[in-house]
Amino acid sequence: MTQAAQPAITVNNVVKQFGRFAALRGVTAEFDEGRFHAILGENGAGKTTLLRALAGLAQPTRGEISIFGKSPREACREIGYMAHPSLLYDEMSGTENLRYFASLYGILDNNRRCAEVIRSVGLDPELTRAAGQYSQGMRQRMSLARAILHDPRVLLLDEPFSNVDVHSAQAMVGLLKGMRDAGKTVFVITHQAALLEGVADEFVWMQAGQIVDRTSSLAREGLQ
Amino acid sequence: MNSLWAVTMATLVKDIRLEWRSKDALNAMLFFSLLVVVIFMFSFDPLAEESRHIVGGLVWVSFLFASVTALNQTWARELRNQVLDAYRVSPAPANALFLAKALGNFIFVSVLEALMTPLFVIFYNVRVLGPAWQLIPIALLGTWALVVNGTFFAAMSLRTRSREIMLPLLLFPVSIPAVIAMVAGTTSILTGEESAHFYLVLLLTYDVVFTTACLALFGTILHAE
Repeated sequence: MTQAAQPAITVNNVVKQFGRFAALRGVTAEFDEGRFHAILGENGAGKTTLLRALAGLAQPTRGEISIFGKSPREACREIGYMAHPSLLYDEMSGTENLRYFASLYGILDNNRRCAEVIRSVGLDPELTRAAGQYSQGMRQRMSLARAILHDPRVLLLDEPFSNVDVHSAQAMVGLLKGMRDAGKTVFVITHQAALLEGVADEFVWMQAGQIVDRTSSLAREGLQ
Repeated sequence: MNSLWAVTMATLVKDIRLEWRSKDALNAMLFFSLLVVVIFMFSFDPLAEESRHIVGGLVWVSFLFASVTALNQTWARELRNQVLDAYRVSPAPANALFLAKALGNFIFVSVLEALMTPLFVIFYNVRVLGPAWQLIPIALLGTWALVVNGTFFAAMSLRTRSREIMLPLLLFPVSIPAVIAMVAGTTSILTGEESAHFYLVLLLTYDVVFTTACLALFGTILHAE
């Protein structure tokens, strides 16, 4: 008898309240490893709060989250997080930023790894310009490079394609698809869902702090 | 331990690099201290014998107020683009961040003191009648007392709406014993009227107690929402 595979991530009845406002209202879900999950929903649906809770940045008011059997904070080496802001120091170049963040993860061959991930997102590691002078698209790509720097098993990406031109966005989608194919679990919050049609394994629909549907394509029953 | 030291050094180097490029904190501190030197020159006769009793207080109050600008700046950098979240999701120890920030602030305030002390000596005609070498441990221990609490309370007030106001409100009352020891110790050395030994011990004790307390609590502060 074969044993059923354990889900990589389990979210069990998670509630997150900010004062009297409940951003998450009892979210329960299981996500398998090596799949591409697109999280969709209107503004205020709780997408970012869910992603921050998965990253260990927002402590659930109730309920629990398990990532490979550990709490998000314990599993921090397995998580790559990209927020809506860049999470980069504006006064330092992209390479300087990445070298610093690499030191936080104890990455030994710091220079080689930084150059490798910067090239993988289509930027030049020799670029000496400060990150504050990057275009929004370059900043997004450098931010993605920071998130994948320590080769995490789970990628949590909040609006990675916002303000990025179509060509760059498609290149980023290709990179993320490659990571999923390499066994990584990818979560992407986006309002440009069409970019992920045929790429994402699952579309997770959120509304008013709850997961209301999970579909394998963008088409939802009962919705236009 | 190795990781703590490595991350502390990496963060310290990063902070020094950022300050070197922006010079935000140093410029603000220097401007503030220069203002104090100039304004107080007009409020009493700097050549009078009594000035020796006043200068100790003047110097330290100027450094205390000036350092608040640096302390706020240290954490303000981490809030831009929410960079602090990148640290919070990493496995790096919380105390490495605290130690790096405290050491960075210690260096910045020490640079300010090194630049401003000659001006105080010249403009206030300071002549040391006691053992001048004791001013060095007073300065080192006193500066650490200011920055260790300042770094902690600045981090604590990060998520408050008016953090620039909150920092002095939290920091100054807690710093009173250290400031008294710094001022009284400096005055006793300048006047040569009594030994500064007691104040040195007081400062050392204060530093040990507050450094330990800050290190013990900083993880909670960093991961608080």
